[in-house]
Amino acid sequence: MTAPPSVRPPVRPSARRAAPASALYDVPGPKAVARHRLYGVLALLAIAALLGWVLYMLFHTQQFTYQKWMAFEYRGVQELLLRGLGRTLEAFGWTVLFALPFGALFAAGRLSDHRAVRWVSTLVVEFFRAMPLLVMIFFIFVALKVQPLWALVAGLTLYNGSVLAEVFRAGVLAVPAGQREAAYALGMRKTQVMAAVLVPQANRAMLPAIISQLVVALKDTSLGFLITYEEFLHAGKLIATNLDYDLPFIPVVMVIAPVYIGLCLALSWLARWVERRSRHSPRTRGGAPVAEAGVVPGLPPGVPPEAQQ
Amino acid sequence: MKVLTDNWSIYWHGFVGTLELTVVSAALALLLGVLIASFRVSPVRALRAFGTGWVTILRNTPLTLLFFIVVLGLPRFDIVLPFFTFSVLALGCYTSAFICEVLRSGINTVPPGQGEAARSLGMTFGQTLGLVVLPQAYRSVVAPIGSVLIALAKNSAIAGSFSVVELLGTYRTINELGYGIVWTFVWIAVGYLVITLAISAVFNLLERRTAVSR
Repeated sequence: MTAPPSVRPPVRPSARRAAPASALYDVPGPKAVARHRLYGVLALLAIAALLGWVLYMLFHTQQFTYQKWMAFEYRGVQELLLRGLGRTLEAFGWTVLFALPFGALFAAGRLSDHRAVRWVSTLVVEFFRAMPLLVMIFFIFVALKVQPLWALVAGLTLYNGSVLAEVFRAGVLAVPAGQREAAYALGMRKTQVMAAVLVPQANRAMLPAIISQLVVALKDTSLGFLITYEEFLHAGKLIATNLDYDLPFIPVVMVIAPVYIGLCLALSWLARWVERRSRHSPRTRGGAPVAEAGVVPGLPPGVPPEAQQ
Repeated sequence: MKVLTDNWSIYWHGFVGTLELTVVSAALALLLGVLIASFRVSPVRALRAFGTGWVTILRNTPLTLLFFIVVLGLPRFDIVLPFFTFSVLALGCYTSAFICEVLRSGINTVPPGQGEAARSLGMTFGQTLGLVVLPQAYRSVVAPIGSVLIALAKNSAIAGSFSVVELLGTYRTINELGYGIVWTFVWIAVGYLVITLAISAVFNLLERRTAVSR
């Protein structure tokens, strides 16, 4: 009556639920569970105390008075905020429009067969990735005397385009060498191999990384605030420093921050959704296994692996 | 060259300011990052939720907005600190979210079998962590931490716009003295490159020392 040896012991259901599988902890026994519950209660208390303190301070410093919130009742203020948001999205749109071709161009340059082209592209990409974005924006704004919008867009394009170039390059390099060799063996030209074989396959591996980089670009549009580009944060500042509304700084933050965070989260979720979909898509099944296009730009491209599992 | 030699003390002040800002913020970010990462891998659900919330919110907040909130918002709560401290808080908290994610994914690269083996040998939690898990996680964490810190050094430029003495802010003073604006920026750029290249050199060294062939 012995079980066949090949059958694996079933995973205890509690092990799945309690904590993500990791090398750190054993499946907790009754004593450990009780202890964890105690820690949980203590942690909850501490978090509640923190939130309570923030709430207390908000009420204590009278942030919820009518006077501080009445600004948002005015049509002019609402329009100011919406116009600011529109400007932010405008800068973001231009950046996406310019940065993607920039990235594609220099990725192609770095993958070129000609040494001179490769060197120049590498130099450009590495330089713009190494420079602080704000320094570039200020240089374009102050030294070249460009309008704030275009200074912002130019800076964002140079930086994000360079990072995207690296993403594209990594994506193309992640396609298994056999694909390229097979395409050459069929008599395809260099451009054909790239356009018909490598890029389509690389595309699905790097789409999440591209979108994550766009989240970075969206966040960085707020740098326009520092060169007096009249975007969302700038509109908030205008309202927050208005004496008529009793300097409603905290209310403004409570309106602006959720919008920014919501926009970025929505883009991040899009990236994760695309990633999950491409993993399950029947079209991608049977294709060559494409490794994740891992690039480490200045900021590691978002999309954390799932917390659970 | 003349721009640099004439204004050496201004540049030097800015350079040291950026360096200080980077180092202090990096220390805070690493400390907070380790703490939040330990929350995120802990078996206590409330702590995990807190860690997830911290990382999600901070990673999706523009740093300029965070500066705006910290530098101009905290004084409304009657918390008045020097601008330098405010900047360190903003930069440190922001970067800690990225550090946390790097550490967490580093710990997740260690196969659970390693921990199980350590425990079945009778090792305590501290021994498992210190002798088995962390040394293996360290290896995959070094390079990404380096790029997060480079990003931190570059982000410190934003502090200059909130009245902290640092490298980018020097352009205003030098510009007012009537020096060529292009060369002013060239030397600012060189200053940043020195810092970022130094960080990347240090981390390359660390990475090479821990590298093993697998």
